[in-house]
Amino acid sequence: MKKPIVTDTTLRDGSHAVSHSFSPSFVGEVVSKLASASVPVIEVSHGSGLGGSTIQQGFSKFDEWKLIESAVANKKQSKIASLFVPGIGTIPELNTAADIGIDVLRIAVHCTEADVTQQYFEQAKKRGLETVGFLMMSHTQPASVLAEQAKLMENYGADCVYVVDSAGALVPDGVRDRVAKLKESLSINVGFHAHNNLGLAIGNTVAALEAGADQIDGTLRGLGAGAGNAPTEVLVAVLNKMEIVTGIDLTILMDAAEEIIAPVFQYPLVIDRDNLAAGYAGVYNSFLLHVREAAVKFDISPVAIMEELGRRHAVAGQEDWILDVALELAQKQLVK
Amino acid sequence: MEKIKVAILGSGNIGTDLMYKLLKTQTSMELALMAGIDPDSEGLKRAKDLQIPITAEGIDGILKEKDIRIVFDATSAKAHIAHAPRLKEANIIAIDLTPAAIGPYVVPAINLVEHLEEMNVNMISCSGQATTPLVYAVNCVAAVKYSEIIATISSVSVGPGTRQNLDEFTITTANACQNIGGAKNARAIPVINSAEPPIMMNNTVYAVLEETADEEAVIQSIEQIVKEVQKYVPGYRLKRKPYIDIRHTPWGDLPTVIILNEVEGAGDFFPTYAGNLDIMTAAAKRVGEQFAAHLLQKKGVSV
Repeated sequence: MKKPIVTDTTLRDGSHAVSHSFSPSFVGEVVSKLASASVPVIEVSHGSGLGGSTIQQGFSKFDEWKLIESAVANKKQSKIASLFVPGIGTIPELNTAADIGIDVLRIAVHCTEADVTQQYFEQAKKRGLETVGFLMMSHTQPASVLAEQAKLMENYGADCVYVVDSAGALVPDGVRDRVAKLKESLSINVGFHAHNNLGLAIGNTVAALEAGADQIDGTLRGLGAGAGNAPTEVLVAVLNKMEIVTGIDLTILMDAAEEIIAPVFQYPLVIDRDNLAAGYAGVYNSFLLHVREAAVKFDISPVAIMEELGRRHAVAGQEDWILDVALELAQKQLVK
Repeated sequence: MEKIKVAILGSGNIGTDLMYKLLKTQTSMELALMAGIDPDSEGLKRAKDLQIPITAEGIDGILKEKDIRIVFDATSAKAHIAHAPRLKEANIIAIDLTPAAIGPYVVPAINLVEHLEEMNVNMISCSGQATTPLVYAVNCVAAVKYSEIIATISSVSVGPGTRQNLDEFTITTANACQNIGGAKNARAIPVINSAEPPIMMNNTVYAVLEETADEEAVIQSIEQIVKEVQKYVPGYRLKRKPYIDIRHTPWGDLPTVIILNEVEGAGDFFPTYAGNLDIMTAAAKRVGEQFAAHLLQKKGVSV
């Protein structure tokens, strides 16, 4: 099997799990470790992408540009990527990130809306960035639809398109199908981004590689939205066992996960009731903390909120629906 | 009754819905031309069926006509930037339904009569038409430090113009919440949802206040502006009673007004879930009426 390009997104997806509180010095320290371990791509930004510091997505504790500056200053031979969600980010933010010196822009949309990304791919290319298309909530669409959407991104200038399992709702067959279909339809790289709601983050990533994925994601100790991601250090260990040589230093990653990342966990990252409910109902993982907060505030079950969000087909960026659902459920409870 | 001749430029979703709205009731406007660039477009076909004069030559087709005084531009931001100087040169008033934002922003419930001497006014965006009045209403009674609006619209109701210019859409909407909504700082976040059956347009407004405010007064002001908007968009309503919550913000823990709004369309062209199209075209029609009445009045005076 060929050597996949690994992106570590602890400092982006993991941002959700710490309520966007990473400091510039912390980012510098983690990037420095990841770079010395030869992780090829390191993603840094607000969990919801550039410009994500909002009421809706959660305000960042520190200036996002300072985080990215710190990442760029410590990147060594690695590349720095940022996530960009059209509408949350705008072209001025894209330009600022490019000015600071990021190398890769990962442009993320709900997996049926690729045609809003054209102006962003074009601008990113104009700024000399490598570009990745991120098809979020990929479990909601069959492989054929994803392939059409991915093709649009390829035409706009994407260097790679990811099948993104934002809700951690896919099982290995579903991953294989989708990745294989994209491989068949595109001439660019295909990637896979996992979440662990069903305990399949590593398994699904392996399935993606078997189906031909060129790029995969992980986060140290799995630190990520909701149930978290495929732990980068575990992924590298698995790849080593599979005799896929990545050139990534496992020891450095294990130490970084244990000594730098584990201490910043704000809650145990396990597949608890809420995370399983999210994966099972197909709900976007970064909703977790917002759902828990609303559940406490309105004294209703977080599982009931997750189920209703799943029923309504909420997509990324719809944290306000959590409030709407919670208010509705609270009202129903009063009526009872 | 003497009427002002108007044309619609753009035969997509917005242009077509606007056509139906203009034909629906008697106003001081006469829809004299429907202009598109694709002779096979649904909008032009429907206009032809309704015996509205059509052209597939876009802006050139309009400029060939005589006596057109008002053009509703429902193309795209990029296209409108090219159209604007040509319309101005021809002494035609442009009511711009794209987020190009060349002229001042107009929201009928806020500043309908302020810009009647302008040759180009901008209708912001659907989410701007829906949310700016709410920010404005809050700011009328309690100074808004920061407003953030989330506008969620169904995928099928978002046409290619918006899709190609999402950036302009986003920035223009935020600017409007600042410039005419009155918020000191503003963000706007559009969300496109592809659920089936399609969802109704719904908007969430967070308005962070400078200081504690009288909640009842804030709610009253919001309810009042909702009634104003309902005059031209009957399906515009509050989903729930607005309330004030204390939120952690970069400026400390501050009272934040939370408003959940939805917009049900009139179903003129698109089904009723597409309140986003409805509010845009209904607002544009309202502005067009005002301009037409103003032109007729001026003519009356000069004769």
